[in-house]
Amino acid sequence: MPLNPRRVVLENGVTIIAKSNHTTPAVSTLVGVRTGAYADPPDRDGTAALCARVLDRGTVTRSAEAIADDLDGRGASLSVVAGRHQMAVAATCLMEDFRDVLALAADIARHPRFAEEEIVTRRENLISSIRQAQDDPASMADDAFMQALYGEHSYARQVRGTIPGIEAIRRQDLVRFHQRGFDPSAITVIVVGDVEEDAAIAAVSKLFGDWTPQSKSTPVFPEASTSAIAMAASTARQAVAVPDAANPAARRLVSVAMMNKAQADVVYGFVGIRRSDPDYTAMSVMNNALGQYAIGGRLGDSIRERQGMAYYVFSSLDATFGPGPFSIRAGVSAANVDKTIASIDVELATLLEKGFTQHEIDESKSYMIGSIPRQLETNAAIASFLLSVDTFGLGLDYDARLPGLIGAVTKDAADAAARRLLDPARAVVAVAGPWNPPSLPPAPDGSGETVSRS
Amino acid sequence: MVRETVLDNGLKVLVQEVHTAPLASVWCWYRVGSKDEGPGVTGVSHWCEHMNFKGTTNIPRDQVKGIIEKFGGSWNGYTWVDQTTYLETASKDALDQMLFIEAERMDACLYEPADCESERTVIISELQGGENDPEQLLDTEVTSTAFKVHPYHHPTIGWLTDLQTMTRDDLYGHYRRYYVPSNATLVIVGDVDTDDVLKRVEKRFGAIAPGAPPSRIRQVEPEQQAERRVVLRKEGTAGYWKAAFHAPSFEDEAFFPLLVADAVMNGAGGLNIWSGGGVSRPQRSARLYRALVDKGLASNVTGSLMPTQHPYLYGIYAAVAEGQTLTAVEEVMLAEIDRLCAGGITPEELKKVHSQLRARFVYDGDSVTDIAHQIGYFETIASWPAYHSLRSRLDGVTIEQVQAAAVKYLAPANRTIGWFEPCR
Repeated sequence: MPLNPRRVVLENGVTIIAKSNHTTPAVSTLVGVRTGAYADPPDRDGTAALCARVLDRGTVTRSAEAIADDLDGRGASLSVVAGRHQMAVAATCLMEDFRDVLALAADIARHPRFAEEEIVTRRENLISSIRQAQDDPASMADDAFMQALYGEHSYARQVRGTIPGIEAIRRQDLVRFHQRGFDPSAITVIVVGDVEEDAAIAAVSKLFGDWTPQSKSTPVFPEASTSAIAMAASTARQAVAVPDAANPAARRLVSVAMMNKAQADVVYGFVGIRRSDPDYTAMSVMNNALGQYAIGGRLGDSIRERQGMAYYVFSSLDATFGPGPFSIRAGVSAANVDKTIASIDVELATLLEKGFTQHEIDESKSYMIGSIPRQLETNAAIASFLLSVDTFGLGLDYDARLPGLIGAVTKDAADAAARRLLDPARAVVAVAGPWNPPSLPPAPDGSGETVSRS
Repeated sequence: MVRETVLDNGLKVLVQEVHTAPLASVWCWYRVGSKDEGPGVTGVSHWCEHMNFKGTTNIPRDQVKGIIEKFGGSWNGYTWVDQTTYLETASKDALDQMLFIEAERMDACLYEPADCESERTVIISELQGGENDPEQLLDTEVTSTAFKVHPYHHPTIGWLTDLQTMTRDDLYGHYRRYYVPSNATLVIVGDVDTDDVLKRVEKRFGAIAPGAPPSRIRQVEPEQQAERRVVLRKEGTAGYWKAAFHAPSFEDEAFFPLLVADAVMNGAGGLNIWSGGGVSRPQRSARLYRALVDKGLASNVTGSLMPTQHPYLYGIYAAVAEGQTLTAVEEVMLAEIDRLCAGGITPEELKKVHSQLRARFVYDGDSVTDIAHQIGYFETIASWPAYHSLRSRLDGVTIEQVQAAAVKYLAPANRTIGWFEPCR
């Protein structure tokens, strides 16, 4: 049964999407904001991440303590998340608390206090989480991969920021970031759960309708004036312009020696595509057959099932406003790093030479079509799907059209998607863990020094 | 609601109709987990779980995948201290296929020697991936120090040395001993008709031989006499602190009072270890969060009291904030625990965590998969009606009971404290 949600755009530009779901007496609300780490000032990496941590720690009229007491007293969960192009205030509560929790979420999004003492505490908290990530091979492999793949492109930076960047952030930076990014025209409020759609829309309208737009100017993006710009916009809304990116001219291997660890994480991949790319659905089918289906598609069959080298191996396609990465990840013992990279090379070469089988593509397509109802079962999952639909302008009937879109992908289209994206000769391969590249001297210590070769 | 049926061979079948989405979830639970493992074969239950996805008499190895995926379904399994369980959630049209897979899994898995060998290294990779996480390393050390006698002592994944030496016969023997209908519970929840389900279940499972009920372990952990300490010094970037206290089993009357105490200290985490309720803990007004995270001593803090068949552990964990020390974190932790034992909780706190837990019990069951998980989980460690009595047991908790549970279980002699002290 199609979701068929209701969507309303208020005069000030706030978009509201509501969907009733009476499975449980609970409601999930997302206040989505079209800003994120992509708008971090160049020398203040982590501004969006720190903003997310401070945003709900006090508003003009409510102290951090009062907010915490209010939420905890209801057993409501509220968190603020930051991504590259999206931030969101996410709340889940029982149906009887919906109006009060929505009012709180609106207050948090509109009138954050950014108290100095909260900035100090949450800054230290964010820095602690970065220090923890520096001891995690999966995080370190990902960092090295993104840096080597994207170079000067903004996607080389991590959403969580860097310690120097975060230490440089002042209150005024957060206030400015909020003023620029949290504009009514950039807000989409999604309500899914045990509340009637009309009532949800009325409640959101009342809380967000009097929000006056701060300015009509285009947000400043660090690279908006360079190279080819692609625009991906939803209806009548500011687009986020992200420059193109290209794979390196030759294959690169980068590594982070972490000799204290039990096993290594490998990330192997390429610059992927934009969400607006006409090949998006074909790429998704290709991704499923290559590294998702059952236990990791073709890659899982080889590296986990036949060779027994890894507990996890999978591929993922991160298509957003800009060309996010297409990556393959595996966790393997140091002794199997070379063999794993070689196995990925073999699988990709075979795929490029012979293509998928018709059977593989049929299987992936029926899985992807059949999984839609399961993936849209809970309030939180539906809300997240609808935010994505709105962010990328996919249309309110996207869930109903999706089976047709997937069904129309042919084997030839999936093969062409593989040929367009996968190029082992220009892959970036990153390894973090108790491993050193064979042709280079060992890194002097486990400090996270990155060595590379072309 | 739930309809219970027991087949002639002893298999208990629990069906609940939920017609909100065209889905069905099938879970098959076995009363076997890492506590049922003896010396030399730790991790055998979990390894069996892996082997039971690798082909059966009627499902060739290369055709395992596809049966459920064709219907958009997902499948998985997990093993913990008291249980091994398998699930499929898919379109309701796949019900028969899901039952077919579970019937095959119960009676007809192959355990080909080559598959056992290739899975050995997959599991060692799983173990080593976990060891990359210092909190997990610390947890293993603390848990094995807290238990001297009871097999809750060893990690569910097993000790590496056992994983290196276990044989195909160890695995297959374990499978045959525990995978019998009388040791299993089949749970079906979703957009189904109960009578139709029961007919299909009888057809798929009815002919499986009953088998002998497996013998159960007899070890009882003796009362701990003194505080125990573990200090793990390894290269790392952050310190981690953990305390584990011997705790009541789920059926013990002190379980809910201690659960309330944990919610006051850390916010209510709910009782679904599969999904964790899907949302973060409401913990910002909780005592330890305010004393440690808001004060900048720890970057996060949490607690864990899970429902188990035998008395397990209540754990409290903190990650030390950058620039702070394990000593400073421990001082505040122990002071807060002392304050709880000495002063108990306030009526306002009881009211607050009552609301939190009520909400968590709703979030814990917000999909057919989660409802089926909860029914099967509680049946495996106690009985399925216990799932429906969570609210009434919570409602009966008094302030006095909470303090009494804190005094009894959070006593210094009942705890094991672990430090992960990073060498830089």
